[in-house]
Amino acid sequence: MALESKFSEVAENKFYSLAYHRFLSEKKLMGSKCKKCGHICVPPQPICPKCQGSELELVEMKGKGKLVAYTVIAVAPPLMVEEGFDREHHYCSGVVELEEGARVTARILGVDLARPEQIKIGTPVTVEYVEAMHGGENKTLLAFRASS
Amino acid sequence: MQKRRKLGRGVAIVGAGMSKFGMFKDKDSKDLFAEAFKECLESVSKGIDPKDIEALWLGNFSNDFFMHQGHWGPIISDLIGLAPKPATRTEGACAASTLAFRDGIFAIASGFYDIVLVGGVEEMSKRPTEEVTEGLALATVPYEGRVGFTFPGVFGAISTAYFEKYGATRDHLMNVTIKSHNNGRLNPKAQFNVSVRDMMNSRIARAKKKGEPLPAWKDEKEALWDPKFNPPVAWPMHLFDCCPISDGASCMILVPEDMAKNFTDDPIYVKGIGQGSGRGLHAAPSLTSFEANKNAAAEAYGMSGLTPKDIQFAEVHDCFSMAELVHMEDLGFVKEGTAFKAVAEGYTKLDGPMPINTSGGLKCKGHPVGATGVAQLYEVWEQLKGEAGGRQIPNKDLHIGAAQNLGGTGGTCTFTILERR
Repeated sequence: MALESKFSEVAENKFYSLAYHRFLSEKKLMGSKCKKCGHICVPPQPICPKCQGSELELVEMKGKGKLVAYTVIAVAPPLMVEEGFDREHHYCSGVVELEEGARVTARILGVDLARPEQIKIGTPVTVEYVEAMHGGENKTLLAFRASS
Repeated sequence: MQKRRKLGRGVAIVGAGMSKFGMFKDKDSKDLFAEAFKECLESVSKGIDPKDIEALWLGNFSNDFFMHQGHWGPIISDLIGLAPKPATRTEGACAASTLAFRDGIFAIASGFYDIVLVGGVEEMSKRPTEEVTEGLALATVPYEGRVGFTFPGVFGAISTAYFEKYGATRDHLMNVTIKSHNNGRLNPKAQFNVSVRDMMNSRIARAKKKGEPLPAWKDEKEALWDPKFNPPVAWPMHLFDCCPISDGASCMILVPEDMAKNFTDDPIYVKGIGQGSGRGLHAAPSLTSFEANKNAAAEAYGMSGLTPKDIQFAEVHDCFSMAELVHMEDLGFVKEGTAFKAVAEGYTKLDGPMPINTSGGLKCKGHPVGATGVAQLYEVWEQLKGEAGGRQIPNKDLHIGAAQNLGGTGGTCTFTILERR
């Protein structure tokens, strides 16, 4: 199945690291699926980590999942300070298990940052994309929003 | 079934040294390594001519970032008069110097060298905390840093998964911290050789002096729940869950087993070594265990013919309080999901059945990342030889101790078993 994208690697089903971020800039969450064992990885991997098969295809994720681990960060690295986060302004990062089975690390939106202990593992989340200036460049970052 | 690992010839440690760990304004990496090296030479009881050392392996994670100076192998070989003999730097994030230790073992086991120096060094304190956090985050996987994860953040996330799965709480993590400080208090080389209670008392004294309201903590845990005493870093990791930013160095002299008695009547033998690699948090098979740990443990137990029950005490990589619990489970010291209960019951205290991190751990001893692996082995060496002073394990029949070292977010793990015969 051909996917729509301005980037040729999609049509050509090419794997390389940068491609994942290019897809994100088009608001597409891409993974790889092993043609031999069916294992799905996000971000895409050129060699299947499960069976080491090298016949893989790019697949787009639906962007639905649940929160399986999280943290609310108070001591932010310079990259996040650039976005305005600091010891007074916290943010949440987490691990999301997608409906397709793969897990991804992402920013988590729509949670109560003042009460991190109240954030529930298992909360359903939907993909969102955050535009941010990192190192003077505009980047599209993977995020998920908690459904209330 | 994994192949049983073995060495071409056995290896023994005949000398060990460690600098004091801390944040030093007027000491740099070279000063600290020289401090460790001098102690190491002096510790060889029958003496050693430093000219007989044939090669150096040196662990260093990122003085490149922390000090804008790379290529530390030859800098250190020049410092100790080893040049022009070979010096090799190993990098495995916070496990860098255990990789140096392993490479030294392989060099001897292969028969190529007989006397080698292994060690590590790191100097981190000259940068502000946020930048050190960024430097350390270089050892996470690329997808984690981009979405804001820091090292404490990764271990925070692991904690939330562990809490959910097994019912542990922040209260349980505090048991790890309080125990580490009780041990660190007894370690003169530790960065924080004070108990949590000592720190509370000095905070109260400061408030008194300034005429501020006195904190009304009834015990250590009440203080640790107080965000003024123990502020958040990355939920649920708070300041007292995190190891400090440190400078320090460590080293050891390795020789073949059959030469060991030329240097000392009491060598410590390498009984088992293991290493593993792992993936980022998103790709790891479990959020509450490190697959690299399990591979390292299987190699080391297999090589030694020992089981977890045979390990009498261990240093484990408690970069964060949560990590100590995960390692105890991965290495088989306790069943999965029970480490938090074992610590609460005193199982891992200095006088408990299985003392863990008698040095004070990374939390109190300090964590100059590249020096940590060999510094953990230094503690095992001191305990096995009965030279740990006020923090000596009371068991009179100590003969098997172990050290587990972790790099990155579990990307590199090692497990080493040492024996006194």
